[in-house]
Amino acid sequence: MEDSAVPKEVDWREFSIEQLIRLMGMSAIGLVLLIFLFLIKEGAPALLEVPLSNLMGQRWYPTFDIYGLAPLILGSLLVTAGAIAISLPLGVATAIFIGEIAPEWVREILKPVIEIIAGIPSVVVGFIGLQIVSPLVREFTGAPTGLTALTGVLLLAYMALPTIISIAEDALDAVPQSYRNAAYALSATEWQTIWRVVLPAARPGIITAVMLGVGRAIGETMTVMMVAGNAARMPLGLDAFLRPVRTMTATIAAEMGEVARGSTHYHVLFTVGLALFIVTFLINLVAAASIFRRERGGGGRFLA
Amino acid sequence: MNVSRYTMQKVAFAIITTAAISVVIPLVLVIGYIVAQGIGALSWEFISAIPRNGMREGGIYPALVGTLWLTIGTAVTSIPLGVGAAIYLAEYAADSWFTRTIRLAIINLAGVPSVVYGLFGLGLFVIFLRFGMSILAGSLTLGIMTLPVIISTTEQALVAVPQSFRVVNASLGGTTWQGIRKVILPQALPGIMTGVILGLERAAGETAPILFTVAAFFLPRLPHSVFDQTMALPYHLFVISTQVPGMPIRIQYGTALVLMAFVLTMNLLATLIRRHYRRRRQW
Repeated sequence: MEDSAVPKEVDWREFSIEQLIRLMGMSAIGLVLLIFLFLIKEGAPALLEVPLSNLMGQRWYPTFDIYGLAPLILGSLLVTAGAIAISLPLGVATAIFIGEIAPEWVREILKPVIEIIAGIPSVVVGFIGLQIVSPLVREFTGAPTGLTALTGVLLLAYMALPTIISIAEDALDAVPQSYRNAAYALSATEWQTIWRVVLPAARPGIITAVMLGVGRAIGETMTVMMVAGNAARMPLGLDAFLRPVRTMTATIAAEMGEVARGSTHYHVLFTVGLALFIVTFLINLVAAASIFRRERGGGGRFLA
Repeated sequence: MNVSRYTMQKVAFAIITTAAISVVIPLVLVIGYIVAQGIGALSWEFISAIPRNGMREGGIYPALVGTLWLTIGTAVTSIPLGVGAAIYLAEYAADSWFTRTIRLAIINLAGVPSVVYGLFGLGLFVIFLRFGMSILAGSLTLGIMTLPVIISTTEQALVAVPQSFRVVNASLGGTTWQGIRKVILPQALPGIMTGVILGLERAAGETAPILFTVAAFFLPRLPHSVFDQTMALPYHLFVISTQVPGMPIRIQYGTALVLMAFVLTMNLLATLIRRHYRRRRQW
């Protein structure tokens, strides 16, 4: 570095470029903070303007200044839980197929296909939901409308699949080949090896996959807004899946365009956004922690 | 006992294969259906004309152009920053708590719901910085949303360049930056391009982030500058499939087809670049 043979000019350029790149590297931290800051800036006033008992209520009726968040939160939880219940088994099974069973050429086809599924715009999924899935749901369930929580669940499940498949597959891939060989040496079948050895060893990674899938599903907006019916009612009871439901994301997307800037309604919508941000932040924090742990320790110690 | 565990394997593999097939089938059906229903609507007029009669006739030209502008704007905002950040992580950063915090921030950025990016863009770009609803505000919002994809794929491409390249650069007296610019970046370029295109593909198809930052419900002209609002394909599809009564179904499928074609072309491009260079690669 302090070699006098290196011209000063190069030294200076090298230094400034390094600083610029370091700054760019740090930008991600700055952006997360900036997002948080602006959500608080626009959302926090709601907590002063609306009594807590109102926000905790069970009715969402902004026209009459009734801002109960419970139906929206439960709506988001309902469709997310439903979607993961479908996409977890389907996604892990597909990951096993790609990682452990499929021949090389099938794998080469499936990987880009999964990438394509991840790339379908959510508005197109919503459109297909309106045109194809919702009439089917109405026909099969006998519900008065096809725009139900179930319709949202089915489509969200499909949209969460690529995330779950790719991360679960990474987790399976990270299980050392020697584990499989050891199982085969004990005359286990391929399936016994997958079920008793590979899957347990990959469990932390699969949990990460599920969490990121949850994050994906809870944040999905357009599809849910288009197909889930958007009725802000408490989704309680066994038939909740067959009734329209409204999520936090759909509420923001549907109402933000029509509210006056700086109004209470406007601030409350930012509070909903802030809640979404915090929830996904926590989910990703835990998922990230497990990713870091895996990188350091390897999959081995989870076998015990 | 022996028979049963082999039977067990057959049953399990059959179930798993069925699951994998059931993931792929809907995609094939949906693409096939959209093409079949939408191809009839396609014509030169459809992609080159302004919508007429409350969008029930005419074409989607302004929406198509708007999406093109937004994609370019996203590229301009996210590529320099994303590639720079990736260079820092791959070539400069030590494995410290600080680096780990950066990675944590990137993972979190990737997980922020798209509609929350929309809120952020509204609060920062549209209102606070007074850009108004504009291509500038929309591009910046989409650009930040795309950043994590570009950073992580670029970093992977950089890390994949063998360590020996860096050693040789140093042994010839090259500085770290000279090595990056002359050796590492050119080698990693195909991988970076693949990641960038995949990131832009996502941005082009997004609706929620542009709802409050740029998208116009109906604006039958082209934008004049980056401070103009514009129509955009994804939002246009949302509008004509949910907000306009009596919308001919043919036009809805036609619009969905054009959007899918736009996105899938980018996807195909990314896949081709990856294939092509993987084969040519010497290391």
